Amino acid sequence: MKIIKKYRFFMFTILVLAAVILLNRQLGMKALDIVGFSFKEMMMVIPPIFILLGLLDIWVPKETMVRYMGESSGWLGVVLAILLGSAAAGPLYGAFPIAAVFMKKGVRFTNVLIFIGAWSTTKIPMFLFEMASLGTSFALTRLAIDIPGIILIAHILNFFASKEELDEIYKKAESL
Amino acid sequence: MSNVWMYVLTIVLLIISAVKDKKKTKQALMKAWKTFENILPELLGIIMLVGLMLAIVNPEVVSKIIGSESGWLGVILSAVIGAITLIPGFVAFPTAALLLQNGAGYMQIAAFVSTLMMVGVITAPVEMKYFGKKLTILRNTTAFIFSFIVAYIIGRVVG
Repeated sequence: MKIIKKYRFFMFTILVLAAVILLNRQLGMKALDIVGFSFKEMMMVIPPIFILLGLLDIWVPKETMVRYMGESSGWLGVVLAILLGSAAAGPLYGAFPIAAVFMKKGVRFTNVLIFIGAWSTTKIPMFLFEMASLGTSFALTRLAIDIPGIILIAHILNFFASKEELDEIYKKAESL
Repeated sequence: MSNVWMYVLTIVLLIISAVKDKKKTKQALMKAWKTFENILPELLGIIMLVGLMLAIVNPEVVSKIIGSESGWLGVILSAVIGAITLIPGFVAFPTAALLLQNGAGYMQIAAFVSTLMMVGVITAPVEMKYFGKKLTILRNTTAFIFSFIVAYIIGRVVG
């Protein structure tokens, strides 16, 4: 029963896809193709992310993370958050579990958000790809706006989050 | 492939970890699996939705909407398309380049690329699991608005 409840959204999407295939075979098969492709991408990208997360959780002591990225880490924490986020490969959904481990280890909330921001938009492998496809000035301009942008967004979000909400989020990260 | 180095790094660290402490390594792997299993239902649902969506919203449809004469309306539409779709970068960038060649504007493409990467409507359920509803909505909204600034500046600098 628990499994059915957990996977009900997935099962619903299977039904939708089946209906689309029945109604419009060409469109449905195209969707199925893309699903297969995305699934393969997930299987390729995800294992290292989660294993690194496991190793980080078990091996790196909280004190170390607090020292480098915690409340009083200053600009070092910001720079580390940007570098760690930018060095990653993989879609944004891979960043959230890692962010949870960061919070568990006492990383400052703005640095967690900067990490998420960097992961979402300043990834180095993607940057090289962007430069090749859309041109150097496009990619460089975007990078130059994005770095202050993600720091600013992190502080805006931090400003709007109440103390209780943050406590709740950090407590949840502890249990995940 | 950009993720080759992630594999190399992971394998090297795993070996070091296993040499140092077998039990801790096992714990780390268990933790990895538990975390993965925790978000797997959402991931599978997301992948299915993305498949359906990309089958309908293809490059031909997009290039019609976001031509360089489409102005701010085109920018808004591209931002919305970027926000609700989830396309891997190595598909998105060549597609964006193709759209540019076919007459899409720099401002529109910048809005599309920016929201594509920063805003995730489809991945919001996963994000909420970790950050709660309010912050998830706030982060995505702020990133959405920020993308218009990106679009404007890139339009000025590159376009």
